[in-house]
Amino acid sequence: MTDALSAAVSIGFHGLAFAMVLYLISVGLSVTMGMMGFVNLAHGVFAMLGGYIVTSLINRHGVPFGLALVAAAVLTALGSIIIERLLYRRLYSGDELDQVLLTMGLIFMSLAAATYIWGAMPQPMHLPRWLSGEVDLGFRSFPAFRSFLILCGAALVTALWLGLERTRFGVRIRAAVDNLRMAQSVGINTSRLFTLTFALGSGLAGLGGGLGADLLAISPSYALDNLVYFLIVVAVGGLGSIRGPFVAALLIGVADTGFKYLLPELGAFIIYLLTMAILLWRPRGLFGRA
Amino acid sequence: MATEGLVRPGISAGNGATLAFARRHRLHPLEALPWVTAIAAFLLFPTYLPLGAQILATILFALSADLVLGYAGIVTLGHAAFFGTGAYTAGILAANGWGEPISGLLAGALASAAIGVVSGFIVLRTSGLALLMQTLVVATLLHEAANRASSITGGDDGLQGMQVWPIFGVFRFDLFGRTAFIYCFVVLFLCWWLARRIVHSPFGRSLTGIRENVLRMHAIGAPVMRRRLVIYTISAAFAGLAGALIAQTTGFVGLGFLSLDRSGTVLIMLIIGGVGRLYGAFIGVPLYMIAQDRFSEVAPVYWYFWIGLLMVLVVVSARGGIFGLVDRLRR
Amino acid sequence: MSEAARSPALETRGLCKSFGALQVANSIDFRLEHGARHALIGPNGAGKTSFVNLVTGALAPSAGQVLIDGTEVTDLPQSERVKRGLARTFQVTALFRRLTALENVTLGIAEREGVADDLFWPSGRHQRVIEEAYALLESLDLADDALRPVNMLAYGRQRLVEIAVSLALAPKVLLLDEPAAGVPSGESGTIIEVIERLPPEIALLIIEHDMDLVFRVAQRITVMVQGGVLVEGRPEEIARDPEVRRVYLGERTPS
Repeated sequence: MTDALSAAVSIGFHGLAFAMVLYLISVGLSVTMGMMGFVNLAHGVFAMLGGYIVTSLINRHGVPFGLALVAAAVLTALGSIIIERLLYRRLYSGDELDQVLLTMGLIFMSLAAATYIWGAMPQPMHLPRWLSGEVDLGFRSFPAFRSFLILCGAALVTALWLGLERTRFGVRIRAAVDNLRMAQSVGINTSRLFTLTFALGSGLAGLGGGLGADLLAISPSYALDNLVYFLIVVAVGGLGSIRGPFVAALLIGVADTGFKYLLPELGAFIIYLLTMAILLWRPRGLFGRA
Repeated sequence: MATEGLVRPGISAGNGATLAFARRHRLHPLEALPWVTAIAAFLLFPTYLPLGAQILATILFALSADLVLGYAGIVTLGHAAFFGTGAYTAGILAANGWGEPISGLLAGALASAAIGVVSGFIVLRTSGLALLMQTLVVATLLHEAANRASSITGGDDGLQGMQVWPIFGVFRFDLFGRTAFIYCFVVLFLCWWLARRIVHSPFGRSLTGIRENVLRMHAIGAPVMRRRLVIYTISAAFAGLAGALIAQTTGFVGLGFLSLDRSGTVLIMLIIGGVGRLYGAFIGVPLYMIAQDRFSEVAPVYWYFWIGLLMVLVVVSARGGIFGLVDRLRR
Repeated sequence: MSEAARSPALETRGLCKSFGALQVANSIDFRLEHGARHALIGPNGAGKTSFVNLVTGALAPSAGQVLIDGTEVTDLPQSERVKRGLARTFQVTALFRRLTALENVTLGIAEREGVADDLFWPSGRHQRVIEEAYALLESLDLADDALRPVNMLAYGRQRLVEIAVSLALAPKVLLLDEPAAGVPSGESGTIIEVIERLPPEIALLIIEHDMDLVFRVAQRITVMVQGGVLVEGRPEEIARDPEVRRVYLGERTPS
């Protein structure tokens, strides 16, 4: 393979892996923000929690990788239900400022709690034997874990999209995102729907956090450090949209990887400038509702 | 008068309601309290003057955020952008041979105002989440820029080697923080006076209209974008002044000055006191910083837990901060 | 020199607006004369509020023109049209919620007088602005509530403050979007009285569903259906028109 083509393939591959992680984490945020209009800055906390659960189970208790991922998703989903019932539900009709402050407060609390439980250092990710090393595809080889990440992500995304199109639950979600009042008047229990959707989104975020532990390091300040990227994916993709954030995640994943490789001095600049330009052109995001 | 046809003449001149309304801007004796307290602190706590100076400068930062958030209703997560710009401007000048404090201060304000007007032009076209995002992206952009330009800014390690000259060539910045305290006091006082005038002016009243119902503001013919841009720029200048003050009085500027953390905590300090009341900053900032100072001797990182919890509790039950509580007790 | 016929206070020519396949305004030709008392009625979804939005500039038309007092304003933003004498109220009360009634009205007058850009001197200095605002509230029997935040007033009184704020702009053309909407029947009488007492020079266009109000106040009625004008004429003509009856099947009309 020529150098340029090889570089392009590398960037595409790693960019896609990064995009998968970003999407899995952010899709829940997009749907819940679109449905309830709730500015949830603390969404990254669930991804962080998933990451901590996966790394703790693997590193300290030798739990098999797959099981750890499932545990992360389930426990995060359950935790999110508690937070939603206890706190978020009071602020749905509230001020934007209230929502920003509440979720900021939760981020701060999670930062301290994570430091207390797991310490300030980033958690190392000990990959299981079968996922370390490389996968040889003939023309070149790829890191096994990232390949697994891409395949896993693709499977989850497909399941998600199919689920939203084909199941009754999915139809209800799309109806509520489209027009909440109308959905209520048609008899959908939006309060319960929201809790379930929120749990699903948070569970996915936990899964994404765990899967992406070597891309986005698991440390106490995770929710703060990565907030901008999660919000960019949602804002650029379009609130309430399910495909929009995927496109946005792809753009950001590939662009970020590409620029880090080709123009490291520019760092994330181009992404931020691009975000501002896109939001200026389309304030509701690329696929947001008019 | 334009509504002549509807008005029965001669009734309303000088009645109680209009008089009370017209006198809202008059100084109330309680408004002397912050200044009296500051002077008392200067005299009674001579060993805490450096902290005192920082508190005064941070009050200015929170006051600038109040103008934008409490009065114009613009929810921003990136106000540290202006604070940091002012700090780095003053700091870089002082670290590269120009340590004159007053001009450094003004340079900081000017730089921040410039960032304010340019970013405001882009950011203030939107509303809701898009606006919040844009403010966050601007601040993150600047943070990244400061990180990359480490030869000028010192990057991760922070700006080193600031040399601030004596004020007017006479008042040296001493180890006890006396000069710093008075310096910050005077700057805060002047800015407070300006902010107070703005808030009570017809312009300031129109900002509250923009906050309460922007749709209605458009319908009465107000140039909404222009007004928001003006207050955003003024607020940026004040935040820049605050940043420059901290830089000059502590001799250090770091990337944290531009961080999301900094933007978030200024909101928190403001909320504790109460938003949109002009004096929320004067209550919230000292409470926060003194509590943090005491706490940091015990267990610094757990401070975040308690402050986060306080935020959650304030939002859920004590919305309006201390001012809100006082209002409720009055009724 | 004989005077040419005076231009109407408000006119639209061929005003069109569509959102994709949905056409909310279908080549609307409309004239509102100075001092008119004109009502715009029609079933829900007929496009009445969209028409108001197009006229005020909150919505940009796909085609057509809007003229105020003979001057074209189609490309002018809302604030410019207000300066040329156009004012409106909103169907869902749009007031400065936590501000007092007096404050709400002074904001309107301050904009009109060009005083609102003053950054430095206290608003209390502008005595005549405050007094005019108070007098306006008095004339609408709202003086008692002058210093109360509007979100604490009874809904009917809020609707009156809404009218007061639009009057504060000294308009030549006043668009009232369902002024009695949501007002309990005990309070709607006051609103009708206030509308009847409005200065005769103001050209008034009222959108309403309340037929009592419409037939008491209007000298001309335009009926809109599905984005277009169905028929226009004097109240008696409209009441007798079989098309109108058909469109309003089930709606109450005075015999």
